[in-house]
Amino acid sequence: MTIVLGIETSCDETGVGIVRMSGSGVAELLANEIASSVEEHARFGGVVPEVASRAHLQAMVPAVHRALETAGLKGSDVDAVAVTAGPGLAGALLVGVAAAKAYAAAWDVPLYGVNHLAAHVAVDTVQHGPLPPALALLVSGGHSSLLAVPDLAGPVTPLGATIDDAAGEAFDKVARLLGLPFPGGPWIDKAAREGDPAAIHFPRGLTGPRDAKYDFSFSGLKTAVARHVEALERSGTPVPVADVAASFQEAVTDVLTMKTVKAAQEYGMDTVLLGGGVAANSRLRALAEERCTAAGLRLRVPRPVLCTDNGAMVAALGAHLAHTGATPSDLALPADSSLQVTEVLVP
Amino acid sequence: MLVLALDTATPAVTAGVVRLTEGPGARVAELGVRVTHDARKHGELLMPGVQGACADAGIRLREVEAIVVGTGPGPFTGLRVGMVTAASLGDALGVPVHGVCSLDAIAQAVVLPGKLTGNLLVATDARRREVYWAAYEAEGARLTGPTVEGPDAVAERLDGLHLVAAAGTMAERFGLPLREPASPTPAGLVAAAAPALDSGRTPGPLEPLYLRRPDAVPPGERKKVHT
Ligand SMILES: [Zn+2]
Repeated sequence: MTIVLGIETSCDETGVGIVRMSGSGVAELLANEIASSVEEHARFGGVVPEVASRAHLQAMVPAVHRALETAGLKGSDVDAVAVTAGPGLAGALLVGVAAAKAYAAAWDVPLYGVNHLAAHVAVDTVQHGPLPPALALLVSGGHSSLLAVPDLAGPVTPLGATIDDAAGEAFDKVARLLGLPFPGGPWIDKAAREGDPAAIHFPRGLTGPRDAKYDFSFSGLKTAVARHVEALERSGTPVPVADVAASFQEAVTDVLTMKTVKAAQEYGMDTVLLGGGVAANSRLRALAEERCTAAGLRLRVPRPVLCTDNGAMVAALGAHLAHTGATPSDLALPADSSLQVTEVLVP
Repeated sequence: MLVLALDTATPAVTAGVVRLTEGPGARVAELGVRVTHDARKHGELLMPGVQGACADAGIRLREVEAIVVGTGPGPFTGLRVGMVTAASLGDALGVPVHGVCSLDAIAQAVVLPGKLTGNLLVATDARRREVYWAAYEAEGARLTGPTVEGPDAVAERLDGLHLVAAAGTMAERFGLPLREPASPTPAGLVAAAAPALDSGRTPGPLEPLYLRRPDAVPPGERKKVHT
């Protein structure tokens, strides 16, 4: 049995999670504490790196305390510390990495510097058990990636990613166009429920026959929504917020799920996994479920609190790495803001 | 008392184990010191430095009885590495963490060998053509600061301060006799925290001395997309 404490500070959430791994490789979630600085960023319409870094410094030690308390553990019970080494905001990552090194050194336990994207995949095991080879779609304000994950502790194959805006970023920008608050995802989702997804046909980026098969592009879609809204405003027509939100959301989720199912089929994976903050979107979940079922694929989506950035996902990946006997990271471990997804564990 | 001292407020990444003895006289002795210079690698260098300093001092990390950390002012990203490391180590080891102004630690290090004949300027690099600075009396007590300003603005204020020397990474800008060190030393950090360490009081929360607000402006009117 191994108890792993995981630290996540790649964006605006200070996350500390604790996962217990049984000898047979079953991961159990013991704590998942999150301190978010999202409200401090709201008036800027996006995450301000320096504001996030300052908040991480303040929140770090109290979050570790709360996690240990929730799990009913003492620091001396922890067998390993895992931390997001990248990708993410450089200054924000640095706070978590420095804290993780200090805890690992003081407790005299191994340190695992892990990949944030692989951690988004690993977290599902604390809810749904061991993961078979899977095709993962990770969508958030910072990433939009399609990954083939044959084994959690092994190398991940990136199949595609956004070539411009992340999916969550597109939600934020469109929300702003429609006068909805930041972060835009939940607001668009809510507004869209009252709207007609077929009201306006917005473009599906990178879906032509010559386009990169598994890459995404949301910048053109965002511009199309802006043009549509401005044209209405110019002519003095009230903007049908619900219809625009629903039609935009449909365009995003249509492309995401279509490419995901196609990739799963091509790579012979019968499990599809969603992760990242945008996985909380109700239309994405419903459409993914519909298309996976139709294609005979099994869909796994962690509950929303495990989809957004958190420490449990880092602890979960650390626990899998420790379980498979991976070599821990060095205390000189760097934070790498552009860490490649092929690197699951940073030496 | 065995004290671990850390500072990352300048390009020097500093870790040291210091013995603080009670009573008058030379009270601080550096048992192990590791200093590396790289303004972009504080995060990579600090913990190996802590371990090296402990090894040089012949102690285990868990034998440390208190931690002292420089709270700046200093460039934010590097500064936070030292502060979160100190806070986390203190929490994990169950020992108090005392924050001291990094400029105070430089001043204390300057006067450790003996008091000056007048006042001291301490100035470090704040980037963007500004300096962090503070002035100290001959025995190291702070007179004014810490402040962040352009060197010309600082120079205008120096006349009334009766300065006889300057220290810090930007000290040479002010035409005063230079004194070492340019960056906080473990002994200087512990000397600056000595009254708090002696008192045995629980230290207050660690507050970084940023002296500047984050660079961020709320967005204005949204930009139109031309059709
Ligand atoms: Zn994420």
